[in-house]
Amino acid sequence: MDVSPNWYLALSAVLFTIGTFGVLFRRNAIVVLMSVELMLNAVNLTLVTFSQSMGDPSGQMLVFFSIAVAAAEAAVGLAIVIAIFRSKVTVDITEITLFKH
Amino acid sequence: MAAPSMFFLLATVAVAAALGMLIARNPVASALWLVLNLFCIAGLYLTLNASFIGVIQILVYAGAIMVLFLFVIMLLNLSALPELEDIEWSSIGGFVVGIVLLSQLLYVVALQFELGVDPVAAETAAEVGSAATLGEILFTRYALHLQVAGILLLAATVGAVLLAQRRFE
Repeated sequence: MDVSPNWYLALSAVLFTIGTFGVLFRRNAIVVLMSVELMLNAVNLTLVTFSQSMGDPSGQMLVFFSIAVAAAEAAVGLAIVIAIFRSKVTVDITEITLFKH
Repeated sequence: MAAPSMFFLLATVAVAAALGMLIARNPVASALWLVLNLFCIAGLYLTLNASFIGVIQILVYAGAIMVLFLFVIMLLNLSALPELEDIEWSSIGGFVVGIVLLSQLLYVVALQFELGVDPVAAETAAEVGSAATLGEILFTRYALHLQVAGILLLAATVGAVLLAQRRFE
């Protein structure tokens, strides 16, 4: 064990925070969805780190299903972006204010 | 756990690619930076001896999900739109939330808490992360979860087709 799991967890924390910044600050809806994918990848890295260091394959099973759910969520999210783009011709999230009072 | 130089190289490129995705102007550039980041994370999985998940990451995440993103970006033809002033750096609250989150997570990591389980040897970890072990428990212990995931993907496919359909008025 040259690299302790703590380094992997710290890297996962940094990637999760960068994803959070992307969700908070970017106005392009597609880039927001990509930042959510980055956050999911950071969590997958944590799960695989613990699973491999403790010898329990259940963590990697959870990663497997997490990847499947991320694929489904990306597909549906992008379909919604396309549907909104059809009517408003914008992907800027600050212009999609239909529910704003 | 492989040599430290491999981990630090991959980790540095992964963080640089994530920052590149965050600040890139063009959404296609953001997508390509994210592809680089996903490849780096797949490399990190391989340094952990998680071979199955590493390959699945490249096949599914970088190979299917990011291709979907790039297709949608090209389909929407965003270059025809006026250039958006994309990043709102003016909200201080967002910065504070991000920095607080990062410091909380790094504090927990720095505590070096005791897991109560000794780390296993690399050979055992390689066997745990292999396709044989994961395939065996996927089809026995997690068979129901696998079927539910299949139904979820079916629902997502039908939903995506319905949502993106052109309305025939």
